[in-house]
Amino acid sequence: MKKVVFIALALILVIGITPLMACGGEEGETTEEYIIGAVLALSGHGSSLGEPEKQTLEMLEDELNAAGGIDGKNIKVIIYDTETDSTTAIIATKRLIEQDNVLAVMGATTSGVSMAMLDTITDAQVPLVSLAASDEIIQPVEQRYWIFKTPQTNSQVVGRLYQYLESQDIDEVAIISATDGFGVLGHGALVGETENWDITIVADETFDPDDTDMTTQLTVIKGYTPEAVICWGTDKGSSVVAKNMQTLQMDMPLLMSHGIASMDFIDAAGDAANGVIFPVGKLPVAELLPDTDPQKDVLLEYKADFEELYGEGSADTFGGHAWDAFKLVTNAIQDLVDEGADVTSAGIRDKLETAQLTGISGVFHMSATDHLGLGPDALTLVEIVDGEWTSAE
Amino acid sequence: MPHFIRGRGKMLAIATLVVLLSIVPLLGNNYYTSVLLIIGIHAIVTVGLCLLMGYTGQVSLGHAAFYGIGAYIAAILSKTYHVDPWLAMVVAIIATAAFAFAIGFPVFRLRGNYLAMATLGLGIIIWILFRELDWITGGQSGFLDIPTLSIGGFAFDSDFRFYYLVWGFCLAVMFISQNIVGSRMGRAMRAIRDSESASQSLGINATLVKVKILALSAAYAALAGSLYAYYVGFIDPPPFGFLFSIRLVVMAVVGGLASIWGAIFGAASVRLLTEFLHPFGDIDVVLFGLIIVVVMILSPQGVIRGLGDLWRRISRRLTPS
Repeated sequence: MKKVVFIALALILVIGITPLMACGGEEGETTEEYIIGAVLALSGHGSSLGEPEKQTLEMLEDELNAAGGIDGKNIKVIIYDTETDSTTAIIATKRLIEQDNVLAVMGATTSGVSMAMLDTITDAQVPLVSLAASDEIIQPVEQRYWIFKTPQTNSQVVGRLYQYLESQDIDEVAIISATDGFGVLGHGALVGETENWDITIVADETFDPDDTDMTTQLTVIKGYTPEAVICWGTDKGSSVVAKNMQTLQMDMPLLMSHGIASMDFIDAAGDAANGVIFPVGKLPVAELLPDTDPQKDVLLEYKADFEELYGEGSADTFGGHAWDAFKLVTNAIQDLVDEGADVTSAGIRDKLETAQLTGISGVFHMSATDHLGLGPDALTLVEIVDGEWTSAE
Repeated sequence: MPHFIRGRGKMLAIATLVVLLSIVPLLGNNYYTSVLLIIGIHAIVTVGLCLLMGYTGQVSLGHAAFYGIGAYIAAILSKTYHVDPWLAMVVAIIATAAFAFAIGFPVFRLRGNYLAMATLGLGIIIWILFRELDWITGGQSGFLDIPTLSIGGFAFDSDFRFYYLVWGFCLAVMFISQNIVGSRMGRAMRAIRDSESASQSLGINATLVKVKILALSAAYAALAGSLYAYYVGFIDPPPFGFLFSIRLVVMAVVGGLASIWGAIFGAASVRLLTEFLHPFGDIDVVLFGLIIVVVMILSPQGVIRGLGDLWRRISRRLTPS
C-alpha cells in the first residue's frame, strides 16, 4: 500500500515539475518583452470575480501579441493567485516585483487585499492598477502616488441613484441594506452621499441576506411613508424585499443596487421584480445603449471576443475591470515607446496619471487628483419590465 | 525533539538554522526575505498550537481568533489611541492571554469532538466581532495606517529590518517552549495527553495546566498577530478567519505535533509549498491537498520525524553489523 502511494506521489511530482522546468527555460530565452504582473483571486471567496479577470487578461495578451505586440516586443502577463488572502497577496506582489521584474502590477480583485498591498507597492515604486471597488484604495491621492483603479466606486453608484431621484422630484427616501460586506459598504455610501444631494433618509433598516421574511422592517418603513425605497444587497435578500413590498402593497418606487444585476434576481423575485430600477455598468446592457454612446463599440467588441472564447453570456463587469487595467497599462507603454522614452515603472505611472481611455467600466479621464477618472455617466439605469431589462434613461 | 537532533547534533542543527536564517536577507531579495518573514510569524503561532495540541493533547480549531485579537488590539491602541507600538504589543499579548485564560475554564469542561466544536465556534464568533464592531475595527473596510515598530530613531520599516526582529522573537519563543517542555510543567502536559485520569490521580491539576497552556499559546498567537499588523500596516477580518485556523493546524501537523522545532518546519513547508505551486495556476489547491494527504499517510508523526526515521534506517543499513 505504502509503495503504491509513494509511486503515485513520485508521479505527481514528476508530472508537476516538468511544466515548471519548461517555463523556467522560456524565461531565459526571451528577454525582449514587456512583463506586467497581476495578482488575482483565483481561489477563496473572491474567485468568482477573479476568474473572468484572468480570462480577460489572457485573451488580451494573446490578441496583442498576435497583432505584433508593442513595437515588435511581446507583452507577457504573469498572473498569481492571491487566494483572496492578504498575506499571500503581499508575497505574490513582492515575487512579481523582485523575481519577475514586472513594470506594473494589476489587482487585487477584492478591496481588502488591495489595501493590504498598498505599502508594498509604494515602497517598491511600481504602479498598481487595482480591480477593486473601495474609494480608500486611491484616496487620499497624495498618499496613493503609485495606485490607480478601474471599477466605479459605491459613492458613484449611489450618486447615480440620487441623481435619478432628484430628477423625479423625490427627496424623502427609506433605505434598507444587507448586513453583509456589500450591504455595509453600500449603507455607508448611501448615508455619506446625502451631503451632496437634496435627499433625506427618513427610515434606515437592515436585513440579513439569508432571511426569508423582511415584512417587519418594511412595516416600519411603511409607517414613515417615504416617497421611494432604496434596497442595497445582492440578489438573494433583495428579491425577498421586493416580494414583501408587493405583499404589503407598498407601491412607491423601489430602487436597488448593482448587486442584483443578474437574471437570478428576476428568477427569485418573479412578478415583484417588475418596476425595480437599478444602476449598472454598461456592459450587460450594451445592446440597449443608444448608438451615440461612446462606449458602445468597445463594449460590443469585448463581449463578442470574450464570449467567442468562453461561451455565450459569460462576459461580465469584473472581466471588464481587468480589460480597462490592461489597456491603461499597455497604452502607457505604447505612449512611452512612441515618444522614444525608456519604458520604466516610473514612466508608466506618469502616463497612467494622464490616461484617457474609452473602456468597459466607463470613459476614463485620469488626473493627478483623480486616480479613477470615471464620472457618474459610467453607469446606466435599468428598469425591469415584464421580467426583462430595459433602459430607464 | 526528534531523536536525530539530540545533544551535539541538536546544537549543530540549531547553529545551522541560525546561520542560514541570518544569510538570506543579505541576498537583498525582498521576495525571499518576506517569505521567510511570514514563515517566522506563522511559526510563532504554530509553536503555541504544538504545545496545546501535541504536548497537552487538546484540539484548537480557533487559534486564528487569538492571532486576530492580538493584531487588532495592537493596531487599535497604537493608531487610534497613539499608544507606543511596543507597549500596545505588550498589552495585546497580556490581554489575549487573559482572555484565553478566562475562556479556558468553561471550554476545557469539554473533550474531544465537543472541544473541537467549541474552539471552532469561538473562532467564528471572534471573526464576526472583527467584522461587525466596525466603529472600532473598521469592519469590512479594514484598519489602515498602523504605525511600525521602532527603537529610538531606528524604525523597523523595511523587510530587511523587520525580518531580524521577527526571527529574534521566533527563536526566543522556541527556546522558552523548549524549556517548558523539559520542565515539570512539560511532564504534566504529556501526562494529561496520555491519560487525563491517571495524571489527576498523581495530583496534577489537569484543568489548570490546560488553561495555562491555552493562555501561553494565545500569548504567542497575539505576539505573532501584532507583528503581522505592524509589518503589513493594514488589517481586515479575512486573514483571521476559519481558514487560517485550519491552515495553522495543517502547519502543526506537517511539522509534527509533538515537536517544538518541527513548528518552523511545518510553517515553512506550508508556505513554501504554496509558493512552489503558484506557477501551476488553478490546480495548486488540489496539489496542495494531495501532498498533505500523502504526508499524513507516509509520515503521520510529521515530516521532521519521518525524515529522522528515514535517516536512522539508512544509517543502520550503511553501518556494517
